[in-house]
Amino acid sequence: MWSFNKIAGIVDQWLNQTFNPTWALVFEMVIVGVCVIGLFAVLGLVLVIMERRVAAWIQIRLGPNRVGPKGMLQSLADTVKLLVKEGMTPAGADKFLFNLAPYIAMMVAMLLMAPIAFAKDFQIWNMNIGVLYVSAISSVSVIGILMAGWASNNKYSLMGAMRSGAQIVSYELSAGLSILAVVVLTGSLNLNEIVLSQADGWWIFKGHIPVIIAFIIFIIAVTAETNRAPFDLAEAESELTAGFHTEYSGMKFALFFLAEYINVFIVCAIGATLFLGGWMPFHIGHWESFNHIMDYVPSSIWFFGKTFFMIFLIMWFRWTFPRLRIDQLLNLEWKYLLPISMFNILLITAMAILGWHF
Amino acid sequence: MVEEIGTTTEGDLIINVGPQHPATHGVLHLVITLNGETIKKIEPHLGYIHRSIEKMCESLTYRQFIYVTSRMDYLSAHINNHACALCVEKGMQIEVPARAEVIRVLMDELTRIASHELWWGAMAMDLGAFTPFFHAFREREAINEIMEETCGARLTMNYMVPGGVMQDLHPDFQRKVKEFIILFKRKIDEYDELVTGNIIFQNRMKGIGYISPEDAIAYGCSGPVLRGSGVSCDVRKIYPYGIYGQLNFEEVLETAGDSFARYMIRIREMKQSIRIIEQLIDNIPEGDFVAKTKAVLKLPKGEFYTRVETARGEFGVYIVSEGGTTPYRIKFRSPGFSNLSALDHMARGSKLGDLVAMMGTLDLVIPDIDR
Repeated sequence: MWSFNKIAGIVDQWLNQTFNPTWALVFEMVIVGVCVIGLFAVLGLVLVIMERRVAAWIQIRLGPNRVGPKGMLQSLADTVKLLVKEGMTPAGADKFLFNLAPYIAMMVAMLLMAPIAFAKDFQIWNMNIGVLYVSAISSVSVIGILMAGWASNNKYSLMGAMRSGAQIVSYELSAGLSILAVVVLTGSLNLNEIVLSQADGWWIFKGHIPVIIAFIIFIIAVTAETNRAPFDLAEAESELTAGFHTEYSGMKFALFFLAEYINVFIVCAIGATLFLGGWMPFHIGHWESFNHIMDYVPSSIWFFGKTFFMIFLIMWFRWTFPRLRIDQLLNLEWKYLLPISMFNILLITAMAILGWHF
Repeated sequence: MVEEIGTTTEGDLIINVGPQHPATHGVLHLVITLNGETIKKIEPHLGYIHRSIEKMCESLTYRQFIYVTSRMDYLSAHINNHACALCVEKGMQIEVPARAEVIRVLMDELTRIASHELWWGAMAMDLGAFTPFFHAFREREAINEIMEETCGARLTMNYMVPGGVMQDLHPDFQRKVKEFIILFKRKIDEYDELVTGNIIFQNRMKGIGYISPEDAIAYGCSGPVLRGSGVSCDVRKIYPYGIYGQLNFEEVLETAGDSFARYMIRIREMKQSIRIIEQLIDNIPEGDFVAKTKAVLKLPKGEFYTRVETARGEFGVYIVSEGGTTPYRIKFRSPGFSNLSALDHMARGSKLGDLVAMMGTLDLVIPDIDR
């Protein structure tokens, strides 16, 4: 069975034989950089098509079906359109910050890719503080949005950015606490070790009720953090026309758009890693033969399957729910989600100490 | 800071919602004074699509001016036409054949359902839910097809003429309407599952945009907006026109006076409309569909006023005649204009996000406001 780590191993071996170790490392870095950018482009295209398809399915309409077979090239055509559009900077805007903001949004999304384990032994950077790194970097994304809103010199943008700031900062807490639930159970911040700890069952099954609570809170919190409906108050097209990116056009808008989709992918990947076992196949305790059969499915398919299942959930929310009001949104976080997740973390700690989990 | 509400002070954020804003459904322009996200004051600026329809009507004959009214409240075209036809008939004292009366009521109620369908979808979209919009249009399409067959138009119908209706029903009319009734009864339960029962939706609607019965009367609100505050005002019940007096249906009333009450009024009203259609669809009397009238009508000297209940409220037609072939003066009393005037009163002190929800429940049609 082919797997990513074999390919990576072959490339690594060849580079080290051909060049000295320093150059080999540099080339590896370049290759990884190119791969990440490629992955970005592919994910952007796939997720946009997927969103439109899911929307069409829920809304009883056709969706894109003209460009390419079954409309699969639609998002590629959209990209070309956005590339050739004029990138405008409004008069009175802070030009430097205005143009910098989309790149910061993109940069954050790129940095977040580093610790994610895409398949067995296939990770850009296997760092021992993976979880901490993810929560730290993801909180930087709010700077890009605030920058965009402030620099646009537009009242709608400013309000969208302020809402977004309040929202992202608040929901970081719940998301962080629910991530911590799994860290407490595993005893490790390393994402790869977290995946390995689920070899005898995913945490959502092993940790039963408290972890299911943590998982639900995680989904709600990350939906809010990525500014997706029903928590898309930063954009809220009926109230703020388009929120923080009202003044952006062409490729600068596309970068925000892409960053949003990549963020959705990343949070879903983290969720899948922590709660659904990442690339770990579906294993049940010590059923050796059953586990062995499950191992025949490549680990990358398990990982992407779980991630896309979560992405589908988040898309489903978007096309079903109406939007909350900003004060209701903050109430939900501070009065309900945060106390529940604080109590939940106590419960999980007790569970970890007393060994109540499987 | 309650005392500040209603005034503009230094440092307040003044934003323009509309004319091209997605939530203004056309060309409404609202100048909003905000303190943070709290609304202090709203000034609607009208006139963006003013076409001076009332002035235009003065140069059109009594048969012609009815066509113009379909272009005002284009979602209640039939009902507007009905009001105009009634006014001319009142002046000329024309007897309308029984068949025409039944056809008119059937068309009115189908129009009311179509209008409320569109309102339901658009309002859900104002709240950020896209899916209901498409679902509502699916059912509305069935009505549009029925209309297209009989009246030849899908939006601005011109079917009612003084003395009856322009032409007879399409042979498929009865069958298609019966099919629609079955479809609609199933779908309206789906609407409740998708939107009405949703906890986010209820939190957004309940207690928002409250208007007391006294204030609602004082602002001249009518239709679902006034009935949401618990005031009985259905023209079909209190001043029955056509054959509404003989029909069996309820006037829908809610007492909460908030956005959710206005929402529920329209949802329940659609069910009542279906009830009316069910009573009539099997009992369309045979006979003429239009009374014999002269080619050019001349109203006797005097003033005539008739009113009907459109999907948005009371629509009145006031004609001053000097005995000629064209009206001397015409004034339309449109429901949207009065309902909009209450928006400032409702919205003060609530959040910007609520404004959109409130505007949705007023069910504004801009050409109805800017005549």
